[in-house]
Amino acid sequence: MSATVRVRATVNGEHRESLVEARTLLVHWLRDELGLTGTHVGCDTTNCGACTVHLNGESVKSCTVLAVQAEGAEVTTIEGLASEGSWHPLQEAFRDQHGLQCGFCTPGMIMAGAALLERNPNPSEEEIRHGLEGNLCRCTGYHNIVAAMKQAAGGDRGASSEEVPA
Amino acid sequence: MSSVGTRMKRKEDPRMVTGLGRYTEDIAVPGMLHAAIVRSPEAHAAITSIDVSVAMERHGVVAVLTGEDMAEDFAAGLAMVWVPPGVEIKTPDHWPLKRGEVKHVGDPVAVVVATTRGQAYDAAEDVIVEYDPKPAVVDPEKALEDGSPLVWESFGTNQTHQWGVSGGDIEAALGEADTTITLRLVNHRTSGAPIEPRCSLAEPRREGMVLYSATQVPHIARFVLGGMLSIPEDKLRVVAPDVGGGFGTKLQVYAEEALVLALAKRLGRPVKWTETRSEHMTTSHHGRDQINVITLGAKSDGTVTGCKAEIIADLGAYQQLLTPFIPTLGFPVMGGCYKFPAIDITITGVFTNKMCTDAIRGAGRPEATYWIELAMDRLADELAMDRLELRRKNFIPKEEFPFETALGIVYDSGDYEATLDKLLENFDLDAFRAEQEELRAKGVYRGVGFSTWVEVCGLAPSRAVGPQGVGLQAAFYESANVRVTPTGSAIIHSGISPHGQGLDTSFAQIAGDILGIDPENVTVLHGDTDQGAWGWNTYGSRSLAVGGEALVRAARRVQEKAKRICAALLEAAPEDIELSDGKYQVKGSPDKSMTMAEISGAAHIPPQELPADIEPGLEESAFYDPENFVFPFGAHACVVEVDAETGKVEVIRYTCVDDCGPAINPMLIDGQIHGGIVHAIGQVLYEQVVYDEEGQLVTGTFVDYALPTAAELPSFETDRTETPSPVNSLGVKGVGEAGTIAATPAVASAVLDALAPLGVKELDMPFTPMRVWEAIQAASGGNGEGPRASEQGRPLDEHGTGASGSGPASPDEGSGT
Repeated sequence: MSATVRVRATVNGEHRESLVEARTLLVHWLRDELGLTGTHVGCDTTNCGACTVHLNGESVKSCTVLAVQAEGAEVTTIEGLASEGSWHPLQEAFRDQHGLQCGFCTPGMIMAGAALLERNPNPSEEEIRHGLEGNLCRCTGYHNIVAAMKQAAGGDRGASSEEVPA
Repeated sequence: MSSVGTRMKRKEDPRMVTGLGRYTEDIAVPGMLHAAIVRSPEAHAAITSIDVSVAMERHGVVAVLTGEDMAEDFAAGLAMVWVPPGVEIKTPDHWPLKRGEVKHVGDPVAVVVATTRGQAYDAAEDVIVEYDPKPAVVDPEKALEDGSPLVWESFGTNQTHQWGVSGGDIEAALGEADTTITLRLVNHRTSGAPIEPRCSLAEPRREGMVLYSATQVPHIARFVLGGMLSIPEDKLRVVAPDVGGGFGTKLQVYAEEALVLALAKRLGRPVKWTETRSEHMTTSHHGRDQINVITLGAKSDGTVTGCKAEIIADLGAYQQLLTPFIPTLGFPVMGGCYKFPAIDITITGVFTNKMCTDAIRGAGRPEATYWIELAMDRLADELAMDRLELRRKNFIPKEEFPFETALGIVYDSGDYEATLDKLLENFDLDAFRAEQEELRAKGVYRGVGFSTWVEVCGLAPSRAVGPQGVGLQAAFYESANVRVTPTGSAIIHSGISPHGQGLDTSFAQIAGDILGIDPENVTVLHGDTDQGAWGWNTYGSRSLAVGGEALVRAARRVQEKAKRICAALLEAAPEDIELSDGKYQVKGSPDKSMTMAEISGAAHIPPQELPADIEPGLEESAFYDPENFVFPFGAHACVVEVDAETGKVEVIRYTCVDDCGPAINPMLIDGQIHGGIVHAIGQVLYEQVVYDEEGQLVTGTFVDYALPTAAELPSFETDRTETPSPVNSLGVKGVGEAGTIAATPAVASAVLDALAPLGVKELDMPFTPMRVWEAIQAASGGNGEGPRASEQGRPLDEHGTGASGSGPASPDEGSGT
């Protein structure tokens, strides 16, 4: 039985505090202790990025961060990305552009994409593609994820449900 | 106003983009225990002892059980459901925990149940298992040789079965050919690798059991697991919540599903097991793994006279649900979109000390399409004919549909010229060839590859695929129940079980149009065996062509009843009621109309005027078993650039025209095509499940098994033609696997085209930088042929993978941001 450690962090704007085993990963603290199951585990080796969250505003893979490393930090998960009842533009864009299918990689992809847009509000397609190479998607072939990133960066709305493609 | 045909945004998305999707691993129930599995590190061994005493002493451990301990828990082993008439398939006992011997790395040996996941994993490491290793065989060709180590000594051979099909006189056909070519093509082993790992949670509830599982096939799982565990079907509820991708991997009934059920039954408490990615790579079934030897014969004008294929299929160590059937699933299109008068196919299944193969996206059809299309390329080269002209010469003309192939399969509809013509409108081949020539002069090697493809999907029909047909011990109809609520919303129960396809949306569009209800107010429910009718679930690109048509039939019945109610209340004849702009109105009298909400209100709270012979309520069901498969088709072009210095291949353009009949939601079709193409690009360029010669798995994580990332890919240019299928009233064909089936040969052909001026004529996938570089070196060394390698059983240091990160191994790995 490993030692327990107290972890206190602001998660999605709320103060959260737990006693955890020292080895507890941030993703397991979020999912198992705090019930924030929008952050997913896909690979265990920091390849897939399904577990991406923001730690003090930077995107991190929460399967490679110990919960105790979040001590005193601000953590934002997919559940906390919307503000005042409005989705983040990237959440809208993922829906508009069909940037998700099974939805499992989506929270991590959106968190990684949102952090990328924070750093670089107007990325080129190449910058988008390289910026998201730490996040794997098996459904979309990334085409519509890139389109969603472009939409969110450009601020325009995608095809509405009435429009038929040219 | 029709919703069908529009890009309606998905009903699934709001929960998924906000983190409110609910996947099996997200479900926690009170008192839940966690299971961890002790797995074999040996490829082939006798278990000599298992000591669980230290593990049992660990804090939090509730149970540690071995295969022998659980012998009484299972009435039957894992199922294999193919019984082809006249062919015996060697099928060993396949228990969820192994007894006596292990047959591949990862074979489950014992299970630990503890209060927390961490405790279970800690204790699993303390289970001491002693093995007496036995010789392993990993190369399927060597496994067929006399004197090979045997995976199952009791069978006396590693050959599982041989299955063949033939039409026309192949010997005469090849005899009359002016030219014949023979190719040996390896379709290597891959993993489905959905990003959601498998997960199963069994919960004792009331008198029965609930199993939540990341599965594509909840109804089939209940059927099989109920039998294995002697649980009557009414006492076993299987729920597939949100499922994070399947790709065939989750078209399976797995040992771990049976195990958590047995453990929950024994312990009277809920038990959850979640796969690690390494467990996925070792014990979620693999796909492909065929060696194909193809012969095509043709007259000097390019008319193909016959096609012969000898296929060795590496099935791994056991038979899972459809393991031996998967190569056979490709047979209806082993002839492609061409008018081959004679076709002869022989498939030989082989046991090896590896995980079983089974369905992975395309399942038999990408393999077949790969060898057909590459063989057509080679034949064209041999005849000094243009590759596309050879294809056109042999296309089944559109006037001849429905077309019966030499194998007796009836292709429903097609216009192969039209998709190729449209592709060449979108892709200027002459301009490409000119640019290619210019760039070659500068040492830049680009290539283009084409695939004109047809596939068979919409599994169903039961008569063709079931016990009296090909021999699957199942049926393949689909069901739907449509219920309109008193206030005019609709609840649909469907037997399909989607896992990313967007069918909550497309089915709502279909039903909404037929019922006269806004699709936003149509909810589609599925994936729960306690809800709705029996279904055969989602795989084989069948959901729309089979489940969609069942939905149409149920919805039309509801519409008919709605018309009768409306007619009675508006004092008109039922045949004079028409649905227009969402209103049921009397023909010619648009002022006399009712909405579905008004009609359904009357159906549920009947007014006096409603005749007594109209039953209350507004709900209908339908079952639908098609008369035939459906046959989507299209034409794809891929452009790659090969760096001759490093061997790195980059896809720089991808253009395609696909035909899956009239679109229900074009946005969803494009999405399926994009994903399908990338699944193929993964196989052709990056992905391979590799075992070394000892049967050790080399590619055990995403560090070694390289899925494509956004950085390796271009955006895609998709286009469509719409040729309706006569098989169903929507005219639709499947699209979930099409991209993968189409793109595998297109990408490979592009690489070979780029390599041609470097002297490389043949090379097996995956075209990793090392393999391409070696082929270029070997060719420049003068032998003109690339290295020939099936990879299976090559020494570890020759694999050339192992770069860090999930992207492809390449010399400039890590230079990106």
